[in-house]
Amino acid sequence: MSLVRALGAVIARDLRIAARGSGQVAQPLLFFTLTCTLFPLAVSPEPALLRTIGPGVIWVAALLATLLSLEGLFRSDFDDGSLEQLVISPWPLPLLLLAKVVAHWLLTGLPLLLLSPLLGLLLHLPTAAFGTLLATLALGTPVLSLIGAIGVALTVGLRRGGMLLSLLVLPLYIPVLIFAAGAVSAGAAGLPVAGHLALLGALLALAAALAPFAATAALKISLN
Amino acid sequence: MLTRLYALASPPRFYRLADLWSRWLLWCGIALLLPGLWFSLLDSPPDYQQGESVRIMYVHVPAAWLSMFGYVCMATMAGIGLIFRSKAASAVAHSCAPAGAAFTFLALVTGSLWGKPMWGTWWIWDARLTSELVLLFLYFGYLGLKAAIEDREAAARATAVLALVGVVNIPIIHYSVEWWNTLHQGPTVTKLDKPSIHLSMLLPLLLMSFSYMALFGAMVLRRARGEILLRERNSGWVRELAMGEKA
Repeated sequence: MSLVRALGAVIARDLRIAARGSGQVAQPLLFFTLTCTLFPLAVSPEPALLRTIGPGVIWVAALLATLLSLEGLFRSDFDDGSLEQLVISPWPLPLLLLAKVVAHWLLTGLPLLLLSPLLGLLLHLPTAAFGTLLATLALGTPVLSLIGAIGVALTVGLRRGGMLLSLLVLPLYIPVLIFAAGAVSAGAAGLPVAGHLALLGALLALAAALAPFAATAALKISLN
Repeated sequence: MLTRLYALASPPRFYRLADLWSRWLLWCGIALLLPGLWFSLLDSPPDYQQGESVRIMYVHVPAAWLSMFGYVCMATMAGIGLIFRSKAASAVAHSCAPAGAAFTFLALVTGSLWGKPMWGTWWIWDARLTSELVLLFLYFGYLGLKAAIEDREAAARATAVLALVGVVNIPIIHYSVEWWNTLHQGPTVTKLDKPSIHLSMLLPLLLMSFSYMALFGAMVLRRARGEILLRERNSGWVRELAMGEKA
């Protein structure tokens, strides 16, 4: 089996499990939608205000939805021992973990991306900003999955890892949040967004290059 | 050189040396703190704009420096502990975390106390304040992970990975926050040309900084001794030590 087929098999397996399983895809989406719904109720239904806070609300909700879905990245594989099989397989573990992160993004990041225009409508975002919103989510949510993989790998062996995971991961999410929400706000105001998107792209490149190695080191410690 | 370093890393030897060093550092710290406090609180000119409130700076700025220095120190020691499996290094890394968090907290509190008379508000979402707050969260994450893992060996290595991930991210977080919003004054001591701070103010600042450094070192080494004892509690030399003190 070649490396490419091995990576493909890892991705296909996770997608198949999600397709047959229970609500792993739907629940983060519902959470995302619900969180966005709470803000008009709590703050004000005033369209002008929603337009200003909209980009931030959508991004904070996307970030929290990703955070809640992270546990699924390694948890069940850890419990049934298939994670150990990944570690002892002949293929380089960083690449296998990257494949798992890609599968996680396809299951959580991509659906968020597809749903986001609807939430943009609900929060009265100007239609001109929708392209930017999609672009920031396309570049930003993979970074969230990649950084999250390190956090999950560190906490997967712990009994109450959930709260700790958010403490570990959320501070590291701040740059993504700043550039992404900043880009959408700038896009809504009709300002150029190329700079923001370039920085998000840089973060993605950095995370894709380094995070698999950190996650590998962390996972090996957790499995010991 | 390497063999000497290895010898130093042996827990019983480190335990004894850390005692000696922490005493020295403690006395150095106190010796610098007294004149430092004298100059910064009494014998230095008030600022032409900030008035007497400038004296908070002498407590605040060194704490802010130490908060960042502490994280770098922690990550370096954690890295050494992870790569060379050195118990002494990871004990030092562990004890940097609470000390660094304490200085970060001190920097936030003193900054807030200074901000009220100067900027008219306790807190503002300024870049440096925000990144200092994030730094505090990073320290808490480290401490939380350390507390959550029961096996000490695994805890040392997992926190080391986290510290290294954090140290890569700190500049990214710092500059992203900087770019997002800044109100804080620029650096006045580390500018590449002549520092734009007068000697009468630089002297107390430097005294206080060196004193903080020494106190930080003393605190870290003293705590590291405890960490070493805790991790080595089942080994022969700790038992001998305990029996010796009992007799």
